[in-house]
Amino acid sequence: MAQFALKTALPNYLRDEQRRIEEFATKVGLDFFPTIFEVLSYDQMNEVAAYGGFPTRYPHWRWGMEYERLSKSHEYGLSKIYELVINNNPSIAYLLEGNSIVDQKLVMAHVYGHVDFFKNNFCFRMTSQGRDPRSGADVRKWIDAMANHGAIVRKWANRIGIETVENFIDACLSLENLIDPQKPFLPIESSPRSSEEDEPPEAPEVPLLRVDREYMESFINPEDFVESQKKKLVDEAAQAQRFPTEPERDVLGFLLENAPLQRWERECLAVIREEAYYFLPQMQTKIMNEGWASYWHSRLMTENICDASEIVDYADRCASVLATTPGQLNPYKLGIELFRHIEDRWNKGQFGKEWDDCDDWGVRRHWDRRTGLGREKIFEVRALYNDVTFIDEYLTEDFVADQKLYSFGYNQRNDRWEIESRTFQEVKSQLLTSLTNAGNPIISVVDANHQNRSELLLEHRHQGADLRLDWAQEVVKALSRIWTRPVEIHTVVDEKPTALRYDGNDHSQKSL
Amino acid sequence: MSLRIDQDHSRFRNIVRGRIRQNLRKYISKGELLGRQGKDIVSIPIPHIDIPKLRFGDKQQGGVAQGDGDPGDPLSGSPQEGDGDGKQAGDQAGDHPLEVELTLDELADILGEELALPKIENKGKSAIVDKKDRYIGVRNVGPNSLRHFKRTFRSALRRQIALGTYDPKRPVIIPTREDMRYKSWKTEEEPVANAVIIYMMDVSGSMGDEQKEIVRIESFWIDTWLRKQYKGIETRFIIHDAAAREVDRDTFFRTRESGGTMISSAYRLAADIVERDYPSLEWNIYPFHFSDGDNWSVDDTLLCVDILKKLLLPASNVFCYGQVDSPYGSGQFIKDLKEHFSGDEQLITSEINDRDAIVESIREFLGKGK
Repeated sequence: MAQFALKTALPNYLRDEQRRIEEFATKVGLDFFPTIFEVLSYDQMNEVAAYGGFPTRYPHWRWGMEYERLSKSHEYGLSKIYELVINNNPSIAYLLEGNSIVDQKLVMAHVYGHVDFFKNNFCFRMTSQGRDPRSGADVRKWIDAMANHGAIVRKWANRIGIETVENFIDACLSLENLIDPQKPFLPIESSPRSSEEDEPPEAPEVPLLRVDREYMESFINPEDFVESQKKKLVDEAAQAQRFPTEPERDVLGFLLENAPLQRWERECLAVIREEAYYFLPQMQTKIMNEGWASYWHSRLMTENICDASEIVDYADRCASVLATTPGQLNPYKLGIELFRHIEDRWNKGQFGKEWDDCDDWGVRRHWDRRTGLGREKIFEVRALYNDVTFIDEYLTEDFVADQKLYSFGYNQRNDRWEIESRTFQEVKSQLLTSLTNAGNPIISVVDANHQNRSELLLEHRHQGADLRLDWAQEVVKALSRIWTRPVEIHTVVDEKPTALRYDGNDHSQKSL
Repeated sequence: MSLRIDQDHSRFRNIVRGRIRQNLRKYISKGELLGRQGKDIVSIPIPHIDIPKLRFGDKQQGGVAQGDGDPGDPLSGSPQEGDGDGKQAGDQAGDHPLEVELTLDELADILGEELALPKIENKGKSAIVDKKDRYIGVRNVGPNSLRHFKRTFRSALRRQIALGTYDPKRPVIIPTREDMRYKSWKTEEEPVANAVIIYMMDVSGSMGDEQKEIVRIESFWIDTWLRKQYKGIETRFIIHDAAAREVDRDTFFRTRESGGTMISSAYRLAADIVERDYPSLEWNIYPFHFSDGDNWSVDDTLLCVDILKKLLLPASNVFCYGQVDSPYGSGQFIKDLKEHFSGDEQLITSEINDRDAIVESIREFLGKGK
């Protein structure tokens, strides 16, 4: 049954609602891709959610695991997925069959917020696959792309065997987070190495001492000394000829271009890399994206959509979405409050030099220049920022105090998690730290010919937090599976520089 | 209806069961089996395989959250990467164990389902019959305390309408003697399946805190499961080192002695208890014994085997021996038992090396459905 089209079209009453909500959304200035809603039963919903929102992905046990988790938590009444929307043009969003009409409206309003964000935020630009030559619209055919990935992996699984292919994909997935967030999203270009590179470097000149009398030559510049100097220079030159010349953070891309891969391996690795880049913007903008969508569902629902009989149900649902728990950041809550904060400040003219210089609390509290720029400002912010820059620029001291933000950490002595601080600087730096690089350590390839034995050397730029060691060792192993030579990673363990190495048989760990 | 994901799902199940991809099995985390007790909050174990990645260590990084509290205050619960209320932007999901408030009954159901435990077959030797009254209908006579008001007034109303004495403008209904209706009951007989669990534990010096904790968690789950299967279950607790004595639950888990170990003392005491209080014709008897497997002497082991064969095994549904791993114990006893009772389905042994092994051991103990 599943391979045939599912009956997922919207029933009439929901289609009417969609038309109505879409109109409201357009009127307030949201600018979104065409959006298609589908209604799914709960097990279809769990399936689609397990696939990350896509109807078809490459075969992998991980989806099955996710499906089991989702359906178990559904059966035990722990959680229910209300909404799923994917960054695609047209965007596809799913509604859960049997939800109340208020819930469905809420989800629709929320979804239009997301789709506006997908379309306009700069991070998501890199998921565009080009422009339609006629309409000039963004091409984002990710449903097709994911299905094609599925076809590629399936093809190789059929030829080589699912076991082999899955093993390789697991190794690739271990490296999934080793990508360069700054790299614009481009398909891999094949770059044939230039022929110059293959030429042997010229023999370097050894600076000789001046010799006035020819017969003194062998005494002043003894031959074996000159030879040894020459050798040293050659070695140094080779060392300087490191590859890559600059540390490369796109580890997946580097392997794709330089590792000795078979064709099927290359194709599978490319699939993993492309998908990793596709999902990257969603991790970079979690707070903004959810905040923006929540901001708009709350505006639209309370100002346009709900009638008096629905408002309590809506408020109840919305409150549970925005609820906070100790030791857990709710991106919906932080995002929506920060957008509201910005809107308020720009409405009242609380920005610019005069505002920054003013330190009279009484004046600041009643500061209202009636600039009314709030709406305009938040639209600008949603287009030009990601979570890190959003927090960096707009998190203010007042906001941290109002929202009762605190930083927490693990207290070794008491063996428990504790609130650490409520000061603005510390909260902000903690928040930025955990958002930087989407919470991943910064890893780069520094040498592909380590110790002149074509071993791969990576470096972890240590910024205070150590790597989880047992996992790091597995990752080094996965790397050496792909690189086919020993792999080493330099990191810091307990404040000591340390090398983790896998030579094809054994792990080793030694201080540097 | 079949779903596309079924293939991926069955592949995952097969990995978990260890049929394929042995290399992945080591990553399976079971989740903490027993979370917090008290408010009946438990974590449900759903197997999860983590793909190792370069990540920061667990306690290396703090975070930011919202709410009340002063610096230095502990956070209730451990911080987790949250996905709010289950909404997701469609990229990834958190990977923390599920936590939910459950009654013990529901818990037993889930346990049974997770471990594929069979329903326990009653030994069928219960002769005790319990009588129970059930209200099942109404009748015209009975004591006033059982009068059924609604039915009484309804029949009065019916009578008045039939007689034409009912006035809708002045709706007064007066029941007469014939209108009275009373609840009636029936006495049903239901067989009572009574069961007793006898926990025995080695509390000699070699059993450390971690070993006891394992026993505590395991016995909690055994209790939960058996309570689901039998009404009116009883539990008895015996601790032993060189001598055995019966104690209450609290003492059972707290006592630590330093003496040697004579397992036979516990078995003899268990046999006495069974003989005195639980005639095996009427009771389902479940002795569980936990030890680190270090018995005093070979002679004592032979004595144990003797008591088991002659007294305990004939009386019990099943006898379970769980051996926890301890740095001091020799672990010999389980080998002896296996040797003497090979092929005997009534005696189940299981080695519980660490907390992760608890699930497997429960499956071994209860998986036979006895």
